[in-house]
Amino acid sequence: MAGKEKMEQLKNAQQEWTQKTDEAVKKRPERKETFVTGSNQEVQRLYTPVDLENMEYEEALGFPGEYPYTRGVQPTMYRGRFWTMRQYAGFATAEESNKRYKYLLDQGQTGLSVAFDLPTQIGYDSDHALSEGEVGKVGVAIDSLKDMEILFDGIPLDQVSTSMTINAPASVLLAMYIAVAEKQGVASDQLRGTIQNDILKEYIARGTYIFPVEPSMRLITNIFEYCSDEVPNWNTISISGYHIREAGSSAVQEVAFTLADGIAYVEAAIEAGLEVDKFAPRLSFFFNSHNDLLEEVAKFRAARRIWAKIMKEKFGAKNPKSMQLKFHTQTGGSTLTAQQPDNNIVRVAIQTLAAVLGGTQSLHTNSKDEAMALPTEDSVRIALRTQQIVAHESGVAETVDPLAGSYYVESLTNDIEEKAMEYIDRIVGMGGAPNAIEKGYIQKEIMDSAYEYQKQIESNDRIVVGVNKFQTEEQPPQGLLRVDPSVGELQKEKIAELKKERDNDQVVQKLAELKKAAETDQNLMPFILDAVKAYATLGEICGSLREVFGEYQQSVVL
Amino acid sequence: MDRPIRVLVAKPGLDGHDRGAKVIARALRDAGMEVIYTGLRLTPDQIVQAAVQEDVDVVALSILSGAHGHLLPKVVDKLKEEGIYDEVLVLGGGVIPEDDIPELKKAGVAEIFTPGTPTGVTIDFIKNNLKRSL
Amino acid sequence: MELGKRLLNGDKRAAARLITMIENDDPEAVAILSAYFSYTGRARVIGITGPPGAGKSTLVDKLAKQLRKQNAKVGVLAVDPTSPFSGGSILGDRIRMSDLNLDPGVFIRSMGTRGHLGGLSKSTLGAVKILDIMGMDYILIETVGVGQSEVDIVKAADSVLMVMVPGLGDDIQALKAGIMEIGDVFVVNKSDRDGADRTKTEIEMMLDFDHGEWRPPVSQAVAVNNTGIEELTENLDRHWNYMESSSKLIEKRIHNSELEIIDLTQTAILKEMMGNDDNRNRIRELAQKVASRERDPYSISQTVLKEMIVGAEGGMEV
Repeated sequence: MAGKEKMEQLKNAQQEWTQKTDEAVKKRPERKETFVTGSNQEVQRLYTPVDLENMEYEEALGFPGEYPYTRGVQPTMYRGRFWTMRQYAGFATAEESNKRYKYLLDQGQTGLSVAFDLPTQIGYDSDHALSEGEVGKVGVAIDSLKDMEILFDGIPLDQVSTSMTINAPASVLLAMYIAVAEKQGVASDQLRGTIQNDILKEYIARGTYIFPVEPSMRLITNIFEYCSDEVPNWNTISISGYHIREAGSSAVQEVAFTLADGIAYVEAAIEAGLEVDKFAPRLSFFFNSHNDLLEEVAKFRAARRIWAKIMKEKFGAKNPKSMQLKFHTQTGGSTLTAQQPDNNIVRVAIQTLAAVLGGTQSLHTNSKDEAMALPTEDSVRIALRTQQIVAHESGVAETVDPLAGSYYVESLTNDIEEKAMEYIDRIVGMGGAPNAIEKGYIQKEIMDSAYEYQKQIESNDRIVVGVNKFQTEEQPPQGLLRVDPSVGELQKEKIAELKKERDNDQVVQKLAELKKAAETDQNLMPFILDAVKAYATLGEICGSLREVFGEYQQSVVL
Repeated sequence: MDRPIRVLVAKPGLDGHDRGAKVIARALRDAGMEVIYTGLRLTPDQIVQAAVQEDVDVVALSILSGAHGHLLPKVVDKLKEEGIYDEVLVLGGGVIPEDDIPELKKAGVAEIFTPGTPTGVTIDFIKNNLKRSL
Repeated sequence: MELGKRLLNGDKRAAARLITMIENDDPEAVAILSAYFSYTGRARVIGITGPPGAGKSTLVDKLAKQLRKQNAKVGVLAVDPTSPFSGGSILGDRIRMSDLNLDPGVFIRSMGTRGHLGGLSKSTLGAVKILDIMGMDYILIETVGVGQSEVDIVKAADSVLMVMVPGLGDDIQALKAGIMEIGDVFVVNKSDRDGADRTKTEIEMMLDFDHGEWRPPVSQAVAVNNTGIEELTENLDRHWNYMESSSKLIEKRIHNSELEIIDLTQTAILKEMMGNDDNRNRIRELAQKVASRERDPYSISQTVLKEMIVGAEGGMEV
């Protein structure tokens, strides 16, 4: 009762204060009529306990490492160990990338992250007509197990954790990784790492899809099943909001659409006969980190709470690990500006803080020159140093979830949860994420946000330093990294050579077996692994599956 | 009455990031233009054939994959082969380093718009640089 | 007229340019269509309509490919709405047809409605003639598909293909009034979805209840997987054969020509009237009398008719 009385007192006092301040504001107006977050949520002048009146500490926040995990998935968080500092990298050829990995490991990086070029991501060999001009451009070109052997040459796979940004052909690249490990004498249950393997966000935002929804979902559940037996320490999917945000979504939409995708994967796996607590602990997430520091922190916290509730209440998970939303973060590529690129270092620092205050498990920090080209070694080092400064000098890693209890942050967390749940309920009502994607609903919502954002910048309602305010005359930046255009030719030669050397009869046989299996409902992983080991190329394997599955047709709503 | 400006917005190559292409498509529509949006994964040949059939004034190409040095000149060459380059303004947009731009312009791309360019700048450029009259 | 000759030879650039010109009421284009009109009437014109999200573009893509297998040349006109606010539009139907870009026997053109209601643009009929002259054997017209009543397609096509999808449920009842009766052939697309059989049955029942001499056939298809396309083209052939072997085709074309004449005449009269400053001033003057209740608009319209049309120099016979 005393609490209630105090709350009434406080409300009265606050009302008085508000009246007084409103009067004052009439004479000296605030900077703007309304204030909004980076994602256009309205922001009040002041947050007080009144805003959290109905919040119960234990129910809404709990303790770190305990349901609903709002405060973090581990009890000690970064007091135990820092997040994994993992820089996404991959350049042109396997040889060059191998060198870069060794450099990064030398610099104190603790995990590898592989970027593949677009032909690889879409299941074409480097000698395919559509690969022309794209080979080695945004990452490493992998055509066969041969390239993969070079990529990880001299890197003991039982001692690193490797994250591979690969989706539609994820099973093929994972099979190659397993095969390389085998040649190193490392058993598959020793392997640690992640494949992105999130096809739904490819349809929504990123565009490197191959097959239609159904066979794609099957390939994914095949991986869940195979890994739970054979590669138990592998994170089988990284359900990604990163690209949804890059495509222009708001923070709320990022959470909502990502978790709606997550629900679809869990449902598909359950439908395929898997038990929720067997695969769900290996699900992981991947989010973006933008400049609105406090909104981003609230976003990560809200995402954890929503996922825990969904897994417990909707899917009846019993294993706490199934309810823990673990995530990788990358700082926001679309927030970087080509103008005054040094400013990007500051943006990345803020975004790093947001990710760490939000309790990320691993982090990639973008380099300042990424709005213009692939990053140079120097700028990659600054990006990594940014993480190290936050870890060792800022002090924010010394206690768990330090922003909890901030009236503003908790209100934002509640708001984001509420609004994201509205979206999730709507999508579930449409028959789930795959249907909502097919209707173009999710794409359209994102596009509307993206366009709104663009208009705000152009009307100067939103300021981006160096872009629509504080501009300076600039010299074009020098020393950007360039990919040697001869990479395409080199890869073509390698393929031609491979096709001469390998046992082609065996390749034909393994591909035929794979196709036959694709027509049934057998798990395709063992067949893919066999084909990989026979040095069938990525293009041949994906081509065989294309013949059986067909290709996805884009749903565009403008 | 002036006819509307017709613009083909295309994404050549394999790059799937279409936020920029879609934002510019909407902005051009809101500026009163007819935008033919052709989606992902088109070859230069496909883009040029579409440009022929749609009788467009502008071909606007968005590339974020770094393949601009290969794909943009190829589109220009094919437009020349078809004999319509003299009537069509070719624009590029996306993650394109500043020091690649002179060469792309020499190859026949009229202008390159990098991240952060206001859509109004692109719209004005189109209106002021059309190769055939409305 | 050089353009006309090139068009007759099947030149795509000429066709593309002429469509632009006809969209902008260019008198030269009208003269060319007039001069080459005798080369029209050769193509089979098929209209494709249906609710939004029915997969019309994908179906057009597959239909065109199927017709190409028979070595027929195919023209496609894809109509999308123009924004009433800006006058601009985003025309996105080509996304589904990108493989056809390189086929020399296919010509695809996207058109904005530019303020025209009824599912087509004002220039669609002109564009059909252009594709006909250039030698297309088939012309597929994809209507706007925003769910409004898109009945104009009847005036432009020999056969109307109505594309439905499972799960419309009560919507079929609602659609019935507006557009069910314009379909000559029905297809339930996306038939791998739940409820496809029920949708087909519902359409069949409705057609059993209410049809003329021609009972539209209903088939199923999954256009993305290219299934059901052959059966669909067979149904379209059946309708064509029925039309051609009876007097129906010629009756339909006479009827459509009648509508076109009326339409063009209306436009011409208005243009004639309003292109004249005296007339515009006179109407304004009369409008003031109506506004002040001195005169009524009904008798005024008769006055206008007499003064400006019947009594006009070189008077029109009305």
